[in-house]
Amino acid sequence: MNQEKKQDLQEKAREVRIETLKSIGHLGVGHVGGAMSIVEVLTYLYYAEMNVNPQEPRMNDRDRLVLSKGHAGPALYSILAMKGFFPKEWLLTLNQGGTNLPSHCDRNRTPGIDMTTGSLGQGLSAAVGIALATRLNKTDNRVFAIIGDGESQEGQNWEAAMSAAQFKLGRLIAFTDYNKMQIDGMTEDIMDLAALENKWESFGWHAQRIDGHDFEALAEAVKRAKEETDRPSMIVLDTIKGKGCSFAENKLGSHNMPVSADDLKEALAALGEGEN
Amino acid sequence: MGKDMRTVYTDTLIDIAKENEQICVLEADLMAATGTKTFKDVYPDRFFDVGVAEADMVGVASGLSAEGKIPFAASFGTFASRRTFDQFFLSANYAQLNVKLVGTDPGITAQFNGGTHMPFEDIGMMRLVPGLVIIEPADIVSCEALIRAAADYKGSMYIRLHRKGSNALYAEDQKFELGKGNVLVDGDDVTIIATGFIMVPEALKAAQILKEQGISAAVIDMHTIKPLDNKLVLDYAQKTGAIVTCENHQVAGGLGGAVAELLCEECPTPLGRIGSQDRFGQVGTLEFLIKEYEMTAEDIAKKAVSVIAKKR
Repeated sequence: MNQEKKQDLQEKAREVRIETLKSIGHLGVGHVGGAMSIVEVLTYLYYAEMNVNPQEPRMNDRDRLVLSKGHAGPALYSILAMKGFFPKEWLLTLNQGGTNLPSHCDRNRTPGIDMTTGSLGQGLSAAVGIALATRLNKTDNRVFAIIGDGESQEGQNWEAAMSAAQFKLGRLIAFTDYNKMQIDGMTEDIMDLAALENKWESFGWHAQRIDGHDFEALAEAVKRAKEETDRPSMIVLDTIKGKGCSFAENKLGSHNMPVSADDLKEALAALGEGEN
Repeated sequence: MGKDMRTVYTDTLIDIAKENEQICVLEADLMAATGTKTFKDVYPDRFFDVGVAEADMVGVASGLSAEGKIPFAASFGTFASRRTFDQFFLSANYAQLNVKLVGTDPGITAQFNGGTHMPFEDIGMMRLVPGLVIIEPADIVSCEALIRAAADYKGSMYIRLHRKGSNALYAEDQKFELGKGNVLVDGDDVTIIATGFIMVPEALKAAQILKEQGISAAVIDMHTIKPLDNKLVLDYAQKTGAIVTCENHQVAGGLGGAVAELLCEECPTPLGRIGSQDRFGQVGTLEFLIKEYEMTAEDIAKKAVSVIAKKR
């Protein structure tokens, strides 16, 4: 990846963080931590990888994304708005009655959302089904999925892990947002996930572990994952919960937190809102 | 002897799949029980066995449906309902997808698998899922017709499927419509509303017993439990003034619950409900269990007499 591309993606990621914080800050409460930790992977996918079309959100041969950690929807909504799937003004309607942007992803409400999620542990199974349909339909797309680290404690993920390997879903590329924090504490104190990449590997997946905030590492890992044809890929992302948000970064309480006007002002200033 | 119910299920899907390439079949290590191996043989690409992982099965079915496929996913009714309830609720139904979930071995037909495998609560659970269509075919003719209707219907469904045994109550050209009960016998004194392979024939026998006692009983096959055929129930409540429901399920939450709710709100009518009375399942033969849970034709007839006595 050249420097220009990298800087461009970094700038986009900054914009995603600003839009997401404004969106959550407008309501005054929301899932800040887990939205911030996946900003780079989402930015990479939507600005450097995925074949999607804002004018035709259900385009047949588009790449699919299942955001299984559905509570991080606000980060994805910011990108979808920036790409033109819907007007940016929608972002300020987050979680208001009648909104098209509910706290957890909803395929029937939001253009560009491929699967409804919110009950943790279910998205990867759906991604397996989508990948099977892709194979039956003989389309050329890939299926991406993002699951959380706390979410990985749900047993259904490991059922899905086995089925994806059994069905040789080489076009399925999943990411784990390994930010090491969950609602009740550090993952290692609550229910340790340890070397997650080894678990996936032993389930028959191609597994990598990278810095989830590093665009060059993301590009390299996705490139490597795409070389797999007969087995699914897991890219474990070492991330920081609340990354880039002054009041939430690396804070245990950031899963779902109140955001005051002062918090928002300070965080946006730190992100250089209004600067180019 | 006609085909087994499960053979009708699989043969119908094979036939539909000829014209409709979206049809897929999923199993969770019970292909041999559901009898879907013949589908796998004909359409290996459209058959997926996820192993003993019912939650994953329903999630995978939901993903297939998100891409336009029409998945029929089966397991024993206990696991299809209790084990996958959240997956079916959220990934399939809340997501407004088109997943046909099949729960086999309803109620006492689980026989020697006993209480752990005896679904008396699946209809009740499924009735709580907004907009979900629930059916239970009573014979091989309605089974084929209703599976065809399920494939055509756009939306998720719960199909309560009897597996072993064959019975033809209907003529082959009988028409079926989702949400419309069929009047099998007309009558004036009491209406027996039954559902499923075990209870509809028992209801017909009960009507015979009552006839010998000079009581004219109507019998309705309520193959669709949700949406309930409100008009038919209310018409017969008014016409006969007494209702007995029969289901191979708990009386709470199922067909009896649905009919009770409707009658209380729209047309208070003396009602008796045949089915498990808030009890768990247990092992035994069908013959033992149907007596144990007081679901025989004699039990239905007795209940009918007691309900008629409550008429004013």
